Amino acid sequence: MKIQVQSESFDLGAEVDAMREGRTDIGAIASFVGLARDLNEGSGVAAMTLEHYPGMTEKALAALVDEANSRWTLLDVSVIHRVGRLLPGDPIVLVAVASSHRGEAFAACEFIMDFLKTRAPFWKKEETPQGERWVEARTSDDAAAERWR
Amino acid sequence: MKLHLLYFARLRERFGRAEETLEFDASTAADLIAYLQSRGGVWAEELDGSRAFRVAVNQDIVTLDAVLPDQAEVAIFPPVTGG
Repeated sequence: MKIQVQSESFDLGAEVDAMREGRTDIGAIASFVGLARDLNEGSGVAAMTLEHYPGMTEKALAALVDEANSRWTLLDVSVIHRVGRLLPGDPIVLVAVASSHRGEAFAACEFIMDFLKTRAPFWKKEETPQGERWVEARTSDDAAAERWR
Repeated sequence: MKLHLLYFARLRERFGRAEETLEFDASTAADLIAYLQSRGGVWAEELDGSRAFRVAVNQDIVTLDAVLPDQAEVAIFPPVTGG
């Protein structure tokens, strides 16, 4: 298991290779990469800054991965989330899940992202032509997490 | 009892501080929020329930009826928007 909060970028291929290295029991790796967009709520976004709660962030991410491990039989999980100032097109978050079969890998990957969105203490501030603004939480994210109950 | 308070994101900016230490006899998170609201101004605006906020005690998100242990780290922040 790998959980990292970092300002540097990451490489999906390198993370998947690290997961596979020396193993022959993995049948499926499902991954998700979230990217910074140049448009949100009708405004252009020139850049965004991600703030987090050091200490709690790592703890909250580890709890999500533990929860996923208790629901599905997983062989490995990596979660990387960036903080600091990001430009449109930059990767923000990576979740990769290895399992014997695709069903569990797909489900656990989506579960971890849905809960990360509502439970991990990160906040985005966008730079728009109208000035800086904090991104408001979406009720659709709460609904996405709720359906796993 | 002594509490170490942390504020993040919009609340950190509006309150003009990232942290503070309080000597205060709060038994629950609700008591603490009521006290902070009584400061008026931005404190009342942000914490009177008209805007959503979250409370974490010792780095776990809790509901307002949670009991605060002495020396607790209590963080108050807007709903999260990562990912």
